This record gives sequence, C-alpha cells and structure tokens, in this order.
Amino acid sequence: MESVLNWIAEHQQMIYIVILMIFVGIEVIGRVPSVLHTPLMSGANAIHGVVIIGAIIVMGKAESDNYLALILGFLAVIVGTLNVVGGFVVTDRMLEMFKKKK
Amino acid sequence: MELSLLTLIYLIGSVTFIIGLKMLSNPATARNGNILAAVGMTLAIAGTIFLYEDEGKKLGNYPWIFGGLLIGGIIGTVAAKKVKMTAMPEMVSMFNGMGGACAALISAVEFDHLLKASAGIPMASAGDFAPFGHYLTIIAGAIIGSVSFAGSMIAWGKLSGKVKDISFSGQHIVNLVVLLAVLAAAVFTYSIDSAYGHMFFYVTLGLSLLYGVLFVMPIGGADMPVVISLLNSFTGVAAACGGFLYDNKVMLTGGILVGAAGTLLTILMCKAMNRSLKNVLIGSFGGGSAAAGAKKEQGAYKEITLSDTAVVMSYANKVMIVPGYGLAVAQAQHACHELEKLLESKGVEVKYAIHPVAGRMPGHMNVLLAEADVSYDKLLEMEQANEEFATTDVVLVLGANDVVNPAAKTDSSSPIYGMPILDVELAKNVIVNKRSMKPGYAGIENDLFFQPKTSMLFGDAKKVLQDLIAEIKNL
Repeated sequence: MESVLNWIAEHQQMIYIVILMIFVGIEVIGRVPSVLHTPLMSGANAIHGVVIIGAIIVMGKAESDNYLALILGFLAVIVGTLNVVGGFVVTDRMLEMFKKKK
Repeated sequence: MELSLLTLIYLIGSVTFIIGLKMLSNPATARNGNILAAVGMTLAIAGTIFLYEDEGKKLGNYPWIFGGLLIGGIIGTVAAKKVKMTAMPEMVSMFNGMGGACAALISAVEFDHLLKASAGIPMASAGDFAPFGHYLTIIAGAIIGSVSFAGSMIAWGKLSGKVKDISFSGQHIVNLVVLLAVLAAAVFTYSIDSAYGHMFFYVTLGLSLLYGVLFVMPIGGADMPVVISLLNSFTGVAAACGGFLYDNKVMLTGGILVGAAGTLLTILMCKAMNRSLKNVLIGSFGGGSAAAGAKKEQGAYKEITLSDTAVVMSYANKVMIVPGYGLAVAQAQHACHELEKLLESKGVEVKYAIHPVAGRMPGHMNVLLAEADVSYDKLLEMEQANEEFATTDVVLVLGANDVVNPAAKTDSSSPIYGMPILDVELAKNVIVNKRSMKPGYAGIENDLFFQPKTSMLFGDAKKVLQDLIAEIKNL
C-alpha cells in the first residue's frame, strides 16, 4: 500500500498529464463527422507510434554483449517505425483524395 | 542545455499531436493536421536519437537504430503506398498491431534489465528490486501490447478473408479464464524467485497473445471496425505505459491522447450502428439466432435485365446510388463515377446515399468515392438521404445489404434490429446489384429483395456498371 502511494507521489505530474489528456482526447475529436472516422482512426494510429521513442531508448542503451536487448530492441525499432511511417503515409493517401476537388 | 532542448522538442511534439488530431477531425484541415503530427513525430524521434541522455550517458548503437529506422521506414512506405484503397482497413489494423508489438518488445527488454538486478541473489524476486509501480508499467505495456498485436493480426486476417469467424459455446467463459490466467501469471512474475522470473514473464506474454486471438475471433466481420478502433486505443495505452517507464512526456501525451480519442471514436462508431460496445464484444453475430431468422418464408424475387435497367435509369429524374462493400471489392468506384457523369449528361440528377457504416469501416465509402473524383457535395449522409428517397425515382444499391435491410426496423429478433438504415423502399424503384442471393456480412436474409418494387441485377459490380454504361450509350 505504502509503495503504491509513494509511486503516486513520485509520479504525480505524470498522473495529472494522464487525466488532462483523457479530457483533451475526448474534447478534440468530439465533433468529428462520420466521413472522417477512418482517416481519423488511421491518424490516431500513427500518433501512438510515438512508442518508437521507447524502442530507440531501449536500443540505444543496450550493452554490446546483451544480445537479448540488442535483438528485441532492434525488432522494436523496426516495428515501431512501421507503425509511424506506414500510419502517416496511409492517412495522407486517404486525405489526399478528399482534397483534390476543391 | 541539450537536455532542456530535448524537453522543448518533446513539448512541441506533444502540442503537434493535440493540434494535429484536432485538425484531423475537420475535412478542410485534415491533411495538414496529419502532416503537422508527422513533423512533430519526426522532431521527437530525431531529438531522442541525438539529445537523449540517461545519467549523463548518451545513446549508443547508432548503426542498429538507423538500420531499424531504415528497414521499418522502407517497408512501411512501400506497404502504405501500394495498398489498394479497398484494403485500407486491413492496413490500419496491421500497423496498429506493429505498434502493439513494439510496446511489448520494449517491456520484454526492460523486464530483463529488472531481473538482472536481482540475479544471483537466492530467493530474491523481481518485486524485491522494483517498486510495484515500475513493474506495473512494464507488465501492463507487455500485456496490453501483446493483446493489441494478436488482436490486430486476427482482425487483419479476417478483413482480408484469411481468417474465418470462429465461435463456440462457452467462449466467453474461456476468454474470462484466460484473462484471469494472464493476471495470475503477471502476479507470479512479480513475486516469484527471479530464477523463474523469465519463464513466468514469457508465460504472461504467451497468454496475453492467446487472449488477443480469443478476444477478436468470435466478433463478426461487420463489427471489425469497432474492434480495430478499440485495439487502436489499447495500443495508445500501451505506449503511455512506456511514457511512465522512461518518464517521457511525449510518449505519455501521445499514448493517452490516442487512448482517449480512440475510445470515444469506438463509441461513436457503435452509436452509428446503434449498438452498445458490450453488445459488440459479447453478443457475437451469427450463430443460432441468425440462422433461425433466415428460416422465415420468403417470397420470390424478380430479376431485371441490363437493358431494362439502362432504360429505367436514363428516363428517371433522380437516381440515388447506395454503395456498399460489393462496390469496394469489385473496385467499381471509377465505373460508378462514369455512370454518374453519363446520367447527368442526360439530365438525370444523381446522388449517393452513404450509410455511416457502409463498407468495412465508417467513412470507407467516402474515401473510395473520393478516390474516383466523385464530388463531395453529391455524397449525402444518412439523414439527408432518407429525406430524399421519397422523391427519388430509382435507387441503385451496389453491393450493400445490411445497411438497407428493413429487418433492422421491423424484426425485433434480428441481430441488426435497431440499427438505423437507409429507407430505400421509399423510392419508386429499387434495383439491387449483388453477386448472388447470398446474405450479407451479418449473415441474415434481406426482405427488401423480395418486395414488389425491388428488382435484382446479379453480377460483379464493376462488370455490371461497365455493361450498364455501354447499354445507356446505345440507347
């Protein structure tokens, strides 16, 4: 119990961010027309690719004799990049078509 | 100096994500919003590579990092550029799964570090060396990431027709047991002698993957978009766990933002289908009830020839086209636009009625028709379209089925009962193009096909449209 409380106290900034971000996330897309549901999902999908930063940190910190960390970290960087790059490119392709006729 | 610069970069990154998402929810700004978020992401990635420091130490292994970025970047770009517009939903699911896998892999490495600290000390467990909160973020990232990965892969397989719906009685109980087993394994991993720590960690991972598969397996194909959106928000939460782990604000903001927005989007999609999330996840489509519904006596349906269709359509005042998944698989959007132009040159007013969940994903039809240059103001949303059906002479239903099924309004035993539909039967004539009389994705019969004003025009949507265009030109 105490350790949980300590953890909360240590991370209170982060916890505040979590709570505020939940409201921001809901507020920001609250009025999206159904036309944009698919591109929006795809765009959000690309944004959570920010997990790549964790992969880069893991990879960059791995000692040269720690093969497990090297291999898993390398895989993580690859799949994370796939998520980011693929996500943004696919979203752009979808939205490109919306724009053309203006 | 460098560290405060990195903090600033992360701050900019977080803001671009929020503004980007905001812009994405408006048609006029959507594309720039996506680019803005991408710029923020690039900054954050570059900043991490060159400026990140942990206890005064910079990151190493640059060849590995850049190698991974290069491989992922090339595969990602090629895959995203090459994918057909019809296969977009699968692609999103696939990329989502990759994000989940990334979160799970990070957790696996971090857990290994955690165990190394306690290695060699007899009877010490991971829990003796890590505060519970630290372990919780690692294991939560691992579990949620794995569930999201496995689930997304199954969703991808289902949408591309590689995996069939499988449901068996008592499945919900099995799922619950597996979920409990995941949690139990996670607790063991924390408290057991670190010699067994690895084993239990991988058991937890394996069970999470299994849960992801079982979670998506029984859910009907028509509900797949909802599931993908839900898994999308899962991956967001998994990314946020990484944010806690590294005390990294941009990962946290990005992750939670997507987690929250994704959950809301999931609920919005459910609303468009008039179903609750619980209903989608627990009450799976198909099975016994739908089969029973199909048993009902059906009258005869009548077919219409291409030349008759051509005549009926060219002498109409107003034609409404209802596109569905059949149009998407046949890649018939260009032919459809051609028909629209041809009819308009003959003075026929042509519009499209878009059901919010037509196709495999909300907005799917809009994307497809936009690809074929169909003008934005010809696309009517459901409410508008329903007002205009009464003044429409001909409705052409192209490979849509469940979204025009009157059972949703009249038959309370139908699995789609309560879903708002397009009231095509208000129009004077309804012509339905389908490949066969086979029921649609929800697996239920459609009374519309047996109504006196409905005529069936069988065949692949693209071929039928091309032939129809030729017929009209010959008139």
